This record gives sequence, structure tokens and C-alpha cells, in this order.
Amino acid sequence: MSGNRSIRVTAGILLAVAIAALVGPWISPHDYATTNLENTLSAPALSNMHLFGTDDLGRDLFVRTMLGIRVTLLVAIVASLVSLVIGVTYGAIAGFVGGRLDAAMMRFVDTLYALPFIFFVILLMVAFERNFLLIFVAIGAINWLDMARIVRGQTLSLREREFVEAARLTGVSTLRIVFRHIAPNLVGIVVVYVTLTIPQAILVESFLSFLGLGIQEPQTSLGALVDAGVKHMEGASWSLLIPATLLALILLCFNFLGDGLRDFFDARHPS
Amino acid sequence: MLRYTLLRILGAIPTLLLVIALAFLMVHAAPGGPFDDERALPADVEANIAAAYHLDEPLPQQFLRYMSGLLQGDLGPSYRYRDYTVAELIGTAFPYSLKLGALAMALALLLGVTAGTVAALRQGTALDKVVMGFSMTGISIPVFVIAPVLVLFLAVKLQWLPAGWSGTTGMSRYLLPVITLALPQIAYIARLTRASMIDVLSRDFIRTAYAQGLGTATVVRVHALKPAMLPVLSYMGPAIAAILTGSVVVEEIFGIPGLGQFFVRGALNRDYTLVLGIVVFYASLIVFLNLLVDILYGAIDPRVRYR
Repeated sequence: MSGNRSIRVTAGILLAVAIAALVGPWISPHDYATTNLENTLSAPALSNMHLFGTDDLGRDLFVRTMLGIRVTLLVAIVASLVSLVIGVTYGAIAGFVGGRLDAAMMRFVDTLYALPFIFFVILLMVAFERNFLLIFVAIGAINWLDMARIVRGQTLSLREREFVEAARLTGVSTLRIVFRHIAPNLVGIVVVYVTLTIPQAILVESFLSFLGLGIQEPQTSLGALVDAGVKHMEGASWSLLIPATLLALILLCFNFLGDGLRDFFDARHPS
Repeated sequence: MLRYTLLRILGAIPTLLLVIALAFLMVHAAPGGPFDDERALPADVEANIAAAYHLDEPLPQQFLRYMSGLLQGDLGPSYRYRDYTVAELIGTAFPYSLKLGALAMALALLLGVTAGTVAALRQGTALDKVVMGFSMTGISIPVFVIAPVLVLFLAVKLQWLPAGWSGTTGMSRYLLPVITLALPQIAYIARLTRASMIDVLSRDFIRTAYAQGLGTATVVRVHALKPAMLPVLSYMGPAIAAILTGSVVVEEIFGIPGLGQFFVRGALNRDYTLVLGIVVFYASLIVFLNLLVDILYGAIDPRVRYR
């Protein structure tokens, strides 16, 4: 029951944040790129509708923060889908075919695990200008390893079950066994791991943006906002604390949601 | 054991080669050379520069040249810091990163294992919940959020600790960076230790130990700790990678002149040889440390040697 409650609470918070990010900029009288050099680094105030204050160029931080949440969530979701596709395909093939191919494929995953991926992503960003699409793909491409391992393990055990055996005996084709009998049993675990991949993707994106290698001005993301906040934290602590808190909240919610979903789908392993 | 060790060492070589080749290709596939963004140079000067850095040779030949240099510990000259070789730059910067990383790892292991064990022994109590709540928060919040917030409160507002690097000496300047870097790892190790300790404590040999009249402290220290540490040991590989990655941010925030800072500067300045050199250096370090963990694992748990 408590797992169920934590799913509802965290999903509710995430939904509220997402709706605020979608609707917020539309309601606010300010936009994300207009600068106002006479009103820089002002504190949050209701009177001028700068709810989160302004940054060093006088841009409205509320709208920028909401925009940052949008970008952060978008990058995370797309990257997770990329990792989902790669990971599930890879894991399912290795698990279903088994034998030597499985051993070789998993050895390759082990090898990749040992690599300092983030350095490669940085290298990639440097080598090929920073474009938005590349960030998605790069982040997705480094986060599929866990998914592949989990899916492979699950497929391997499903393959040996009686109902698959029965299907095979009655002459069902391999393709149909995979899609009709094995895939539906993978849904739960895949949902859990996608939920847990999202915060990882958010981490990578904000890490890059924080180093100034991610998203480009005047666009922004939560990581870029934290980076900007650090530069002015002595005079304008809110410009650091607000995006930092939101980023932490989003990450925390996704992690709790993933944990809750895992308990929900797999009652045998309560965390 | 010897066979297992040799197999592991042999297995690490292709990994290392793959990493180096990948990094080398990525750097060389980058559009534009390292000297492009300066004023346009006369064609013959450009040709001379290209020849001096061997950029005019075919790629396979450049790679072989790089590899043979690498085997002799030569990572080539830095494109930006003229008069310095990449190896010299790494040599001056790495000691800072090493100290930072080693201290953070030691702190993470000490606190993480202790907290995890205590939580496992007090499973279900308020103390357990506090430790687990803290650790979920620690895992979720990235280093680059923890670091500035800690600086803001502990250094800027309360002025207990020095905020920056320059202007301070001694160990106190390491305190905040090490804590920041260790926090997520403390959290992760605490969770791992708790889960595996709970598992181990429910085994038969622990019941036997209790039945022999041993106290909880002895049972945990003598019987439970070693098997419970196996998952933590296998997490050491990813932990090392995470600490190296984290130190990039921590060095940037605290202004520590370590390798991570050189890496970010190099990346922003398009100092390709430096970036490549650091990637190769870090990758080799990670592969080497992973190898060490693997061998250690085999020594502690004989079962893995025969898989």
C-alpha cells in the first residue's frame, strides 16, 4: 500500500511541475529572452510579476525556470526513449538467442560499463558543435546498458518457462512467441527502468549544461540555470536555490517513482 | 588464481585499445583543425604547422604514431599551452585530483558501510528510515547542486569553512570539496551495504554464530561483514568512474587546479591533444582500477574464478 501511495504522490508532484512548466510562461507577462539592464538580479517579487526575480541581464527567472524545466524534461524523456529502444532490442536478442552470441554481447556490455562515458559525451560535444539532437542521442546512447542487462536477464528466464515451451510445442512461430508471449511480460520491468533512466538522463544533460557544454543561450535548462545561479549566489542566492531545488525535486520524484513502481510490479523484492 | 588474474589482464587490453581508438577517431573526425579559429594564416605557414604536428599524414599513420608515443609515455604537445607537453600538464594537475578522489572514496566507504550496517541492524526503526531517506536524497541530488548549496551555507553565510581554493592552505581547503564529492557515494554505498547486510544476516551460518553465544558486534565484524561487502566491492568500478566525473564539477566550482579543470578548459578551448590525452589517461586509470577490483573480487570470493 505504501508503494502505491508513493507512486501517486510522486507522480502527482511531477505532473504539477510539468503543467506549471507548460502553462507558466504563457500566463506570465514576461518572456524568456527580453533583457532589462535596469532591473538586474532583482529579488523575487509579486509587484512586478518577477516571481523568481531576474537574472544578471534582467531576464525574468520564473519564465526561464519554467522553460528550463520543459527542456530538461524533454531531453530526459527523448533520451530515455532512445535508450529504451537500444536497450530492449539488444537485451531481448541476447536473452532470446542465448548461447555464444549472448555471451559475446554481454561481454561487450561489460566492456562499455567500464568506460568513462561522460568524457566521451564531452568530447562529442566539442567535436561536433553543440546541437540539440546530438544531446538527446548521446545521452540515450550511454544509458542503455542497464536496460539491456535487465531485459536480457528477464528474457532468459522467460524463455525457459512452461508457457513458452507450450507455445513452441503447439507450433507458434518464433516471432509470434517473442511478441505475443515474451514482450508483454517485459512491460513491467521496462517501465520501471525507463522511470529510473529518466533521472540519469536529466543528470547528464544538466551536467553538460552546467559545464557550459549543453544547451545554448538564450535557451536554457535547469542545469544551465544552476550554473548561472552559482555565479551570483553571494548577492542573489535565490537564483541558485530555486533552480537547484526544482532540479533536486524532479530527480528525487523520478527516483521514488521508479522505486515505487518496482515494488508495485515485483512484490517479491520490496526495497 | 594466477590463471584468473592473467585472463583478466588479457581481457582489459582490448577494452583499453577500443577506448583509445574511439577517442582518437572522435577527436580527429572533428570538423576544423585546432588552429582554425585564429586569424587566417598564409597557406605555407599552415602547411608548416600541419607538418610540424604531423596533421598532414594519413589517419592510420597518425594513429600508429600516437600509439607508439603513448607506449613511451608521450601524449604529444598541447595545442594551447605552448611549450608544454600533455604529459607535463597531466603530471602537474593529477596529484590534486588524486588526493581529492582518494579522500572522497575513503570517506564514502567509511561512512557508507557504517551507515548501511547500522541501518540493517536496526531494520524498520526510525533510525533506519532516516538513513534510507537521507541516502535516497543523496543519490538523487547531483554534485553540482550539492556543491554550490554547501558553499553558500557553510562558507558564504556561516563562514565556517573556506569557500575557494586560492588564498587558503593546508587540509581545510580539501574539506568541502571532499565532502561534496563523497556524499552521493556515501548514499549509494549505504543502500548497497544495508540490502546485502540484511540478506547475509538472515543466512544459516549467522544463526549458528549467534547460537554459539557470540555477541552482535562479533557476529557482524567477524562473520557478516566480509560476505556483505561483495556487492560493495563490485560497485567500486562504477564508483571510481562517478568520482572522476564528479571531480570535474567539484574542481570547477572550488577552483582546484586538477585534471578535471584542465579537461573542461581544454574542451572549451578546443585543445584536442590535451582533451584526448586526459580521456586516454582517465580511461586507462579506470580500466586499471576495474582490473584491480576484479582481481580482488576473485581473491575474496573464489566462486567467481571458475565461472
